[in-house]
Amino acid sequence: MKSKFNSKSILVPLISIVLGLLIGAIIMWLSGYDAIKGYVALWNGIFGDAYAMGETVRQIAPYILAGLAVAFAFRTGLFNIGVEGQLLVGWFAAAYVGTTFELPTIIHLPLALLAAAAAGALWAFLPGLLKATLQVHEVIVTIMMNYIALHVVNALIKASSGTYKTETIHDSASLRSPFLEQLTDYSTLHYGFIVAILMVIFMWFLLERTKTGFELKAVGFNDHASQYAGMNVKKNIIVSMMISGGFAGLAGAMEGLGTFGYITESTDFTGIGFDGIAVALLGANTPIGVLFGAILFGSLKYGSLNMPNAAGVPIEIVSIVIALIIFFVASGYIIRVFLEKMSKKKEAK
Amino acid sequence: MEYVVEMLNISKKFGNFYANKNITLQLKKGEVHALLGENGAGKSTLMNVLFGLYQPEEGTIKVRGKEVDIANPNIANDLGIGMVHQHFMLVENLTVTENIILGNEPTKMGVINIKEAEKKVAEISELYGLAVDPSAVIEDISVGMQQRVEILKTLYRGAEVLIFDEPTASLTPQEIDELMHIMKNLIDEGKSIILITHKLNEIMAVSDRVTIIRKGEGIGTVTTDQSSPEELASLMVGRQVTFKTEKTEATPGEVALDIQNLVVEDNRKIAKVKNLNLQVRYGEIVGIAGIDGNGQSELIEAITGLRKTKSGTIRLGGHDLANESPRKITETGVGHIPQDRHKHGLVLNFSVGYNSVLQTYYKQPFSKGGIMNYKEVSKFANEIIEEYDVRTQGEHELARALSGGNQQKLIIGREVSRDPDLLIAALPTRGLDVGAIEFIHKRLIEQRDNGKAVLLISFELDEVMNVSDTIAVIYDGQIVSTVKPQDATEQQLGLLMAGHVGNSEEGDRL
Repeated sequence: MKSKFNSKSILVPLISIVLGLLIGAIIMWLSGYDAIKGYVALWNGIFGDAYAMGETVRQIAPYILAGLAVAFAFRTGLFNIGVEGQLLVGWFAAAYVGTTFELPTIIHLPLALLAAAAAGALWAFLPGLLKATLQVHEVIVTIMMNYIALHVVNALIKASSGTYKTETIHDSASLRSPFLEQLTDYSTLHYGFIVAILMVIFMWFLLERTKTGFELKAVGFNDHASQYAGMNVKKNIIVSMMISGGFAGLAGAMEGLGTFGYITESTDFTGIGFDGIAVALLGANTPIGVLFGAILFGSLKYGSLNMPNAAGVPIEIVSIVIALIIFFVASGYIIRVFLEKMSKKKEAK
Repeated sequence: MEYVVEMLNISKKFGNFYANKNITLQLKKGEVHALLGENGAGKSTLMNVLFGLYQPEEGTIKVRGKEVDIANPNIANDLGIGMVHQHFMLVENLTVTENIILGNEPTKMGVINIKEAEKKVAEISELYGLAVDPSAVIEDISVGMQQRVEILKTLYRGAEVLIFDEPTASLTPQEIDELMHIMKNLIDEGKSIILITHKLNEIMAVSDRVTIIRKGEGIGTVTTDQSSPEELASLMVGRQVTFKTEKTEATPGEVALDIQNLVVEDNRKIAKVKNLNLQVRYGEIVGIAGIDGNGQSELIEAITGLRKTKSGTIRLGGHDLANESPRKITETGVGHIPQDRHKHGLVLNFSVGYNSVLQTYYKQPFSKGGIMNYKEVSKFANEIIEEYDVRTQGEHELARALSGGNQQKLIIGREVSRDPDLLIAALPTRGLDVGAIEFIHKRLIEQRDNGKAVLLISFELDEVMNVSDTIAVIYDGQIVSTVKPQDATEQQLGLLMAGHVGNSEEGDRL
């Protein structure tokens, strides 16, 4: 346990990122674009000015929550591919509560957040129930529930507003902050990132400090031994899926109460839910790892938007470069093995 | 005297830990040389060094008098060293011959010449009396037969020295006899054998000499027929070992566990426990003797709440346990050392500490108001580690990293520390060495002496006869006979277990 943090745990991701950047540079260079210029644009897109930094942080928040959703389910032996759908229902619930009620902020904002989490949890309840009682694999159910969510939410938007888009939420439910906007040169940065960080702490606490966490982890590792030890395996599967769905719902609230303040009909997924899988795996399914994974993912995703404009690198090449960087970080195992071989050789000498 | 293989002063380190320290093993041509040691003593490490899977830090290896550097298993193969692994390395859906030639296929113009290979396999099989069908598919043949395929594989590749790694672990008694015979055939044909084991009776039966290692260190080599099981056991564990478990007369009290007309079905809805009646008193160990598959598993699962009963009652001190939840049953006072410790006994990816509170984590002092108190968990885990001599690097080590014997001690510590009225021990010593077996038997008897009821299920007659105060023989889902160990012989019990009810003389007619 103690040896978890050593020089390698910092060295490996660093080497991975450098390798990814190098290969990305070669791709840009081979395609006839200026790699240096491309990376300068990427850097400026992330850290260039206060506005860029604000937008980057804003982008990271939903990634954190989507990552937590996948990681939490994973830690308890479940694979939640339905984060995307749970996010959409959470987004709608947040927007609905935000527009329908008029309440003081102290009640309205928590209520809207709670509604988003509850909607996500409810959407994840069904796959959990089916898994626990009928052993239907949660991957299939959650994938299908994504499509159902997409179209149900579209229908709900139309039914509740009469048009393709809900009204903008009342200020009392908004995560928006004039202070943060001013600070970041009028970016759309809102208080959502605080919610996300609180949830990182919440997940850590739940898993590492509570009785429920002990049970959830035990069931995830070995359901036979857990059942034998008197734990209710079925209940734990359902609870785990619902908590996971709750995180996903909150990711939706970031958009509904923060970035946009409304929800529009859509023909396609946001992608955040699916990227959450990568974020969780990058972070080795630990809360703190998810935080770092989301920072990397969010920064690259947002910063790369600057590359076509500032460096003339077409968006297709940008996608390849970003994918390469993430690929190398994810395959840190290769680098770890390489480093171990190197140190062994040193020892032998 | 000519040595085929000499391993001289071998040391192998993992980090700062010596897995092997200064071990010498010299194998004569044409002998069976046993390598004896407790679980985790370093037997497998030493053999992996010889097989080229590990490189030793110190020491030299000589094959036929010449110093060699065995950098990988291919070199070992070329030197005529073959290994029969404990867990077979066979492709289930290929035939015997296909498995044997895998990676070394004889070809005729690019096409595998399977007929030729089958002929060669049949010849080798004939020579050593292995009786293997070269064209049989692996998944269709018995475990004993699969092991012979492993032996054939090494012979096909020209092995002169065969290493057997715990070869009898998964064999039936009859298959073990046959294996012993095969080993003799191999020796007669001029092969040499290293036998890794911790079973003393096998060593006495088949080996010429024994090298003993203890906690990674070479203790020495003795000639088998100048030694005794007692001497070997004490050399292995480093102290005197008693084979006959010491215990006083039991003083049974009231009935603790009372099972009446119990019927339990398996997953296919076939009755496995059929109208079973059984009583266990406080201060008594009842041993259930029987052959695997006669309803023992279903009986235990019914008592512990893992399986629903069809009919009948299970009472413990006035509480009805039938169809209660496992937690309720645990709280009523049942402790359970499960048959499969990896599946049911431990969460292997949990630490020793977490595992020590697997059933009690929700109670004070381990948790309060839904929040765990891991300080208390650590304290408790260290008490168990101390009291039950669990050899571990500490309570944070994963249960996975412990040896089988220490995993079992951890489970026993956890179960006994809850002070259960009824302790169920299912095959508690399976796969363990003499030292650990002795320890576990002592703990069971101690529990009885404290006035608790103990139910022991075992497939080993020795164990049942040694430890129990009463023996209940199970056959086809029923208790067919209840006897005192001093009034029974192994032969009688053996017949009862095989379904011969009544006098053994009449038994032949069935």
